[in-house]
Amino acid sequence: MSFDDWYRQDRLPHIYCAGCGNGTIINCTLAAIDQMGWKKEETVFVSGIGCSSRAPGYILTDSLHTTHGRALAFATGVKMANRDLHVVVFTGDGDLAAIGGNHFIHACRRNIDITVVCMNNQIYGMTGGQGSPTTPKGCLSSTTPYGCTETPFDLCELATAAGANYVARWTSYHVKELEKAVKVGLETPGFSFIEALVQCPTAFGRRNKFRQVADHVEYLKVHSLLRAKRDRMLEAGEHIPEDMFVVGELTRRNRPAMGVKP
Amino acid sequence: MTRTEFWQGNTACAEGALAAGCNFFGGYPITPSTEVAEHMAAKLPKKGGVFIQMEDEIASMASIIGASWAGSRAMTATSGPGFSLMMENIGFAAMTETPCVVVNVQRGGPSTGQPTMSAQGDMMQVRFGSHGDYAIIALCPATVQEMFELTVKAFNLADKYRVPVFLMADETVGHMREKILVPDKVERVSRKPFVPGTPPFRTTDPDLVPGFPQFGTGQHVHVTGLTHDERGYPAATNPGLHMALVKRLVDKIENARYEMADYDIINPDAEQVFVAYGGPVRTVQQVLHDSPNNDIGFLRIRTVWPFPENALAEFRNARRFLIPEMNLGQIAREIERHVKVPVKSIPKLGGELHTPAELVAALEAKQ
Repeated sequence: MSFDDWYRQDRLPHIYCAGCGNGTIINCTLAAIDQMGWKKEETVFVSGIGCSSRAPGYILTDSLHTTHGRALAFATGVKMANRDLHVVVFTGDGDLAAIGGNHFIHACRRNIDITVVCMNNQIYGMTGGQGSPTTPKGCLSSTTPYGCTETPFDLCELATAAGANYVARWTSYHVKELEKAVKVGLETPGFSFIEALVQCPTAFGRRNKFRQVADHVEYLKVHSLLRAKRDRMLEAGEHIPEDMFVVGELTRRNRPAMGVKP
Repeated sequence: MTRTEFWQGNTACAEGALAAGCNFFGGYPITPSTEVAEHMAAKLPKKGGVFIQMEDEIASMASIIGASWAGSRAMTATSGPGFSLMMENIGFAAMTETPCVVVNVQRGGPSTGQPTMSAQGDMMQVRFGSHGDYAIIALCPATVQEMFELTVKAFNLADKYRVPVFLMADETVGHMREKILVPDKVERVSRKPFVPGTPPFRTTDPDLVPGFPQFGTGQHVHVTGLTHDERGYPAATNPGLHMALVKRLVDKIENARYEMADYDIINPDAEQVFVAYGGPVRTVQQVLHDSPNNDIGFLRIRTVWPFPENALAEFRNARRFLIPEMNLGQIAREIERHVKVPVKSIPKLGGELHTPAELVAALEAKQ
C-alpha cells in the first residue's frame, strides 16, 4: 500500500478501540483517493463529532473537525468558496442522520460535489453506546435497555430520495468493494454517499451477543444482500428477511450538480 | 471620491460588505435582516462571489466558517431566533480563530417576539451566548452611513484579530432610509500571513494573533473545536494548555480594546451624561439639539464589545450616567461596573425608539 504518507504519523496512537471497524473504512477511503492521484494540498477532509469524525485528524491534509452534525454545512462553505478543492466528509450514523439529518438531505438536494463516507456502527460509540437513528429494532443500547422500538433510517434510500448522484452501501468486511465504491463516488460529479456498516465491539457488539469482533464482521457479511440478488428476489416475489440489508451500488445518475470544478 | 445615495440601512450594510471584498454569503431569510441577503443574492454572483441560501441559521454560520478557511471574506445576516441557532458555531469560530462577519438586525425577543419591531435585546447574548469563555468584537451602527462603514470595519477587524465580528444593528437602523456618502474605495486589512512550517496555532507576536494557514495552500492544517495544542492537534485533557489557549483567545481581543475603541465624546465637562449605541443614539442627538444650555454630556459608542470603559473616565465631572437602551438595561449593567457615580438605566421595550420627551423626563428626574 502506498498511501501511508497520507497519515499524520505524529498523531499516533489513535483513539479507536481494539477491533473497531473505522480504521478499515479510513484505509479504503485513502486507497481510493490515492488511486485518484489527488494531491494532499488540494484535498480537504471535513467531519462533525463522534468516533468517525476523528478520522480527519489522522490524515495529513487540511482538515476541519467541526460541531456535531454540521460537517456537511461547513463542507458546503469550503467547496463553494473554492471549487478546486476536493472535499471528503467522514461522518457517522448519529452525526449524519440524527443531529445532522437536515443538512444531509439538503446537501443531497443541492447535489453538491462532495463525497461522504458514513461509518454506520448503529450506535453512539463515543458517548458510550446510546441508541441511534440506525439502531435496528430490538437491539440493546444504554438508552434502549429493553430493545430499540423505533424504526431505523435506511440512509441510502434517504440519500437517493433527496437527490444524491451516487449512493452505495458496503460493510467493513467488503474492503475491495468499498474501496471501488468510494473511488466511483470520488469520480462522480455531485453528491456521493457511501455507507459503510462497521462493527463497534465496545458499544454495540458487547451488548448484542457478538462475543468476538469477528462474530460481528461475520454477521455483517452474512446479512449483506447484493443488490442484483435483491432485485432478482423481488422479481420472483420472494420474501426478503427483515434482518438483511442491501449492499452494492444503489444509485448512479447524472443530475445537475453544484460546486463542480469548472 | 464619494457618491451620494439614499439607501435603506440593510442595503448599506450589504454594499459595505461588497466594498470590503466580501465574496461569500451564506444565509437564511429572517425579518428584519432579509434585505441584506436579498441584496447579496442579487449582487454577489455578478462579482464572482458566492451566495448560498442554507437550510437554517446553524448551517449558515457553518458555511461561512468553512468558506473563511477556504480563503473567502465571508458573512451572514440574521436576527434574534436565527442568532440563537448560530450560537454553537459562533463558539466554534472563536475557538478556531476563524475570521467572519455576522450581522444581527435585532428585533424584539425573547422567542419569536416582535419580528418587525426594533430592539437591542441581544447585546449580552452576542458577548456571552456560546458556552465557555471567549471574546468577540461587536459594533453598533446608529445611521445608514454607519451600516456601511461599520460593516467594512467588521471585515477588517475579523481578519486582523481572527475572530467573529458582529454588526449589532437594530430594526430601526436596518430599515430606515437616509442619505449616505458612498466612497469609491475602502480600507482593507489582510489576514496576517502564515509562515510555512511553523505550528499553525502558535504565536509569539505581541497581538497574540497567529498567521492564517488558508486551506488549499499546502499547510495541512488541522482545525478543531476541541482544545488544541499549537499544532492544532486535540489536547482536550491538558488543563494548563486549555487555560493558556482560552486566555489567549480572550486576551487578544480584550488587550486591544483601546486600540479598536470607536466612540464620540460630546461635552466632556457635563455633569449629566447620556451613553448610547445604535438606534437610541438618534433620540439622544435630538435631546442635545433641543437643549438650550449645551450642558448635556454624550458618549456615543460604536464598539460595544470589547467595552471601551476608558471613555467613561473622560467625563471627569460626571455625577450621573443615563443609559437609554431598547432592552432592560444590558449595557447599563456593564457601565455600572466601571463608574462610581449613579447609573440610570432608561429601558424601553416594545419596538419603538425612546421619544426625546422620555429622555428629557429622565434627565430632569432626580432618581
